[in-house]
Amino acid sequence: MRIAVQEEPFDLGAEANAFAAGDDANGAIVTFTGVVRDLASGDLDVMEIEHYPGMTERALTKIAQEAKDRWSLGDVLVIHRHGRLAPGDRIMMVATAAPHRKDAFEAAEYLMDYLKSRAPFWKKEITRTGADWVAAKDEDEDALTRW
Amino acid sequence: MDVLYFAWVRERIGLPKEKVETSAATVSDLVSELCAREERYAAAFADLSALRVALDQELSDFDASLTGVREVAFFPPMTGG
Repeated sequence: MRIAVQEEPFDLGAEANAFAAGDDANGAIVTFTGVVRDLASGDLDVMEIEHYPGMTERALTKIAQEAKDRWSLGDVLVIHRHGRLAPGDRIMMVATAAPHRKDAFEAAEYLMDYLKSRAPFWKKEITRTGADWVAAKDEDEDALTRW
Repeated sequence: MDVLYFAWVRERIGLPKEKVETSAATVSDLVSELCAREERYAAAFADLSALRVALDQELSDFDASLTGVREVAFFPPMTGG
């Protein structure tokens, strides 16, 4: 299990390769990557991501551990960036390895659902005309009830 | 104890962290003390349903006891991922 909270970009291919390397017990590897999406208006200059150092790592570790307790997983990877990102930049990735794909898919979805509303990150969208904190969506909170 | 603020709570109050001398028994009591200090606190804490609280880096709630707590953090609902 690896949890990384970092300002610098990550190499999606290298991370996925390293995660999968030398593993013959897990027949399924799922990766999910979150990307900074431009606004519908095309005006997004910067997405600034703030976090709570210390609590962030604890929350991510707890979420990943809960996923490991719940599904049959060989390994879990979570990388989440903070700081100033541009549209198209990769914000975060999760990877799960499991003997079978159902566990790998479900655990990846679980990680994403919990990461959205239980890991202390806050996004701010900055355009030429101003800056707005991204509001949490009710549907993200509702998504947790399915687990 | 250390009191931390994040995102728009930090912006509204105007600082990320401060030391607070308090005998507040619960988070709600601490919020009341802060609100009584200055308008910027009252503005930030106007709608508690829009806020979350963590005690020693674990999510908690406004009724929780502050006994033994060293670090309190206030922030809006999280938007990770």
